[in-house]
Amino acid sequence: MNFSLSPEEWEAVWLTLGVAARAVGFGLPVAVVVAWVLVRYRFPGRPILNALVHLPMVLPPVVTGWLLLILFGVRGPLGALLFDLFGIRLVFTTAGAALACAVMTFPVMVRSIRLSLEAVDPRLEHAARTLGASTLDRLITVTLPLASPGILVGAVVAYATCLGEFGAVITFAANIPGQTQTLPLAIYAALQVPGGEAKAAELSMVSLTLALIGLLLSEWLNKRLNLLLGR
Amino acid sequence: MTLSVALSHAFASTHINVAFEVPAAGVTVLFGPSGAGKSTIINAAAGLLRPDRCRIAVGGDVLVDTEAGIWLPPEKRRIGLVFQDSRLFPHMSVETNLRYGLRRVAGGPIAFGDVVDLLGISALLKRRPHTLSGGERQRVAIGRALLAQPRLLLMDEPLASLDATRKAEIMPFLTRLKSALDLPVIYVTHSLDELARLADSLVLLEAGSVTAFGPVAEVAARADLALGQREDAGALVECVVDAHDTVRVLSLLRGGGAMFWVPLMDTPVGVACRIRIPAREVILASEPPRGISLHNIIAGVVRRTAVDRRTVMVELALPDGALLARVTPDAVARLALLPGAPALALIKSTSIEVIGH
Repeated sequence: MNFSLSPEEWEAVWLTLGVAARAVGFGLPVAVVVAWVLVRYRFPGRPILNALVHLPMVLPPVVTGWLLLILFGVRGPLGALLFDLFGIRLVFTTAGAALACAVMTFPVMVRSIRLSLEAVDPRLEHAARTLGASTLDRLITVTLPLASPGILVGAVVAYATCLGEFGAVITFAANIPGQTQTLPLAIYAALQVPGGEAKAAELSMVSLTLALIGLLLSEWLNKRLNLLLGR
Repeated sequence: MTLSVALSHAFASTHINVAFEVPAAGVTVLFGPSGAGKSTIINAAAGLLRPDRCRIAVGGDVLVDTEAGIWLPPEKRRIGLVFQDSRLFPHMSVETNLRYGLRRVAGGPIAFGDVVDLLGISALLKRRPHTLSGGERQRVAIGRALLAQPRLLLMDEPLASLDATRKAEIMPFLTRLKSALDLPVIYVTHSLDELARLADSLVLLEAGSVTAFGPVAEVAARADLALGQREDAGALVECVVDAHDTVRVLSLLRGGGAMFWVPLMDTPVGVACRIRIPAREVILASEPPRGISLHNIIAGVVRRTAVDRRTVMVELALPDGALLARVTPDAVARLALLPGAPALALIKSTSIEVIGH
């Protein structure tokens, strides 16, 4: 098998990496806040928030994509707002692909961050409190650093998952080469064309390699960070 | 300046209802069995527990008063807390741990260098908490709490998780701390030894209430309290070194309105020290014996007696203190040791434990 990728194929690879980076870059801070709220606070709407966060995990990805279309379409409630205020259009754009990826990987990130936040000994936070640290201060200087292995591993796993997002991306952002055609979409497109199997196989190998690197990286990061924290 | 605590709180299975007032200076030991309410008091003072009803004041500063609706959050109280498990931050070096509280206060009298010297931790500054021994960790935790410039330091069984060797290693630092810093301390312990060495005031707790509080020498020598009825009970007497007799190899101590001969000490004349006289080492007599090796024949008056199963604890009032003597019911009957009766306490000089000043 010949492994030299064409410029279009390279474009799909770089696009995929970029879309995943944006999805994790914007999704992670939100996921940290949501996980923190779910771990530390008890409030009436908590089960609903929890269910909403996990919804993309159990919904068919096509349905998630369709819901995004309804919400963020140019005529959708949020989409119209974004377009009118900032001139941002998400449907059928690279940013839209990133949004779809972020929503799909959000449950993975929240779960992993939540587990690591729950593992932080609250007695260390009590100690910080008696030493004069306010809530935000404690979060930044004690809780997040101690939860950092889980947060980073969550980010890496989410990144790797983003590389493979298909249903929601193709529904919400469509399959536009150079703009929204990420690796899995390119593989799908190749398989639709007679004689495209070789191209599909090449792209699949790239996909496999990237996924493998992501998983190995997360394992290594976890070990390194826990070692640094003296565990 | 007093430290006053009054709190009542209902837990699922127990009810804590305590009140006491001690000088806001020196070390106040909270002593009692597990579940007596010691940790509840500590957590309420630190602000980590919000009791049903509570008023705690240090000097003129009210930390919490549920009646008046005052509740300072822990981060605003400036109350240092040393836990049984040191709770150092594992992701920070020893020095960063020490400076954690220091960086969050406007300033104060306790300097970084002084604390590091006092606790002997200058060689540990670059280390990570997980590389320290239990004793080292506790010293760092004490330093971290002190550097947050507290107005009151709480120590919740700080030595309980250490073995005897480590305890002995830390004790000198604690006594040094006591004399070097002008800071009120509340100290929780199960250990009679720590109590005898550190306490200035004593609060006795049992099953959620206070059974007695006051100056340690007064409370420790009461035969009507659980502490004075223990197998290893003993009186504490605050003394001053009065004279040394190098020829007889003895030192004379003055305290409790009496004089005590003890084996020769190095401590100079005029220096304060504390002695502990175990109750089982004290013999009672109605008239002075003759031809006896013993040096201390101390006159007192029986204040009260407490009958155990086979023995009787006799509390003997001195002009300005008290002694405890464990004797048999037979001895009580023969000598007529009833409250108000005069008696002589016979104590070997070698039975007196001198606790450093």
